[in-house]
Amino acid sequence: MVSVSTVSLAAAAFSPFLQWRDPVYWAASFSGILALVIMLFQPLLVTGILPLHSNFNGRRVHRNLGVLLLVMIAIHVSTLWLTSPPDVIDALLLVSPTPFSLWGVIAMWAIIGAAAVVALRHGLKLRFITWQRIHLALTAIAVAGTIAHALLIDGIMEQVSKVALCTSAGLALVAGLRARRKRI
Amino acid sequence: MNKPVFSRRHLLAAAGGILVAGSSRLTVPARAEGLAPTRTMRGGANNYRPGAPIVERIGGGGFTMTGRVRRAGDGMLLSGQRIQMWAHTTEGHERDAHSHGATLTDANGEFIMEMPQIVPAFGQAHGHLAYDSGEFKTVFLRPVMASSRDTSLHVEFVLESA
Repeated sequence: MVSVSTVSLAAAAFSPFLQWRDPVYWAASFSGILALVIMLFQPLLVTGILPLHSNFNGRRVHRNLGVLLLVMIAIHVSTLWLTSPPDVIDALLLVSPTPFSLWGVIAMWAIIGAAAVVALRHGLKLRFITWQRIHLALTAIAVAGTIAHALLIDGIMEQVSKVALCTSAGLALVAGLRARRKRI
Repeated sequence: MNKPVFSRRHLLAAAGGILVAGSSRLTVPARAEGLAPTRTMRGGANNYRPGAPIVERIGGGGFTMTGRVRRAGDGMLLSGQRIQMWAHTTEGHERDAHSHGATLTDANGEFIMEMPQIVPAFGQAHGHLAYDSGEFKTVFLRPVMASSRDTSLHVEFVLESA
C-alpha cells in the first residue's frame, strides 16, 4: 500500500501536463491524490489490520489523518477555485458538465458528514453502534465517490497507478468493514 | 377465496402500457422547420471574456480549431460570422486574456484557427467557443476532445435568429 501510494504520487509528479500548469494547479492536483492516499490508510489504521508495533496508536493516527483529510479537501477545492472560479461554482451547484465533479462533491460532503459525526459524537447522544454505522456509511460513500471522481478525470495521474490506488482504497474499505464485523 | 382486484399480471400490463405511452411521446416527429439550432452547452460560458479581438492565430499555434456556421431551419451557410474561442493550453489558463481570440467565417461558413495545444483542465481536455454578435441568439459551446493528444477539434454552430 505504501508502494502503491508512493508510485502514484511519483508518477503524477512526472506528468507532462504539470509543465503547463502553475503551482496553484499542482496544489489542487496533489491535494486530491493525497486525500485518496489518506482514505486508503484510514480503515486499516482504525481497525488495526496493519501489523504495526503495539505502541502504535492506530486510532489516534486515524483521527489526525481525518483532520488532515479535511485540510486536503479545503486545499483541493480552494485551489481549484483559484484556477477557475466558474467551474467550481458549477461543481458545487451540481450543474457541472463533467460527471466526475458530481462524484467529487458527493464525496466531499460525505467526508464532512463523517467528520461531523465524530466531532459531535457526545453531543448527538447516539448508541455507539448507531454512531459507528453512520460514520461507516458516510465513509463508504466518500471512498466510492472519490474513486469514481478520480477514475473519470483526465489529469496528471498516470493511468495504471491511478487504477491501482483506487483499487487499493476500495479493498481497504472492504477489509475495514469486514474486520469491524468480526470484532462485534 | 377472494380474487384480488389487481393481479400482478394486471399491474405489469398497466406498467407496460404506461411505458409505451410515455416513450412514444419522446419520439420527435419530422420537423417541418428543418435544421435544429445548436443549444448552449453546460459550462460553455465559463471564463468567457466578452469582446476578444479578432486575431490571425492564438499564441504560437500547433492546435487547429475548425468549425462551420449554419442558419437554423434552412441550413444556409453563414459567412462573416464572428466566432470566439478559448481554452487551457500549453501557453495559458482559460481565464488569461492571451488564451482568447476570435475569427470570422469564410464564404463557405467555415472558420479555422490555429491556437496552442489544448491540455486537460478541470479533468477534461476541452475547448470553449462562443457566438455572441447579436444578430443570432448567443451560443456557448464546450466541446470535449476524444483524447488529450488530439491536435484538432471541429465544431458545428447552427444559429437561430435573435
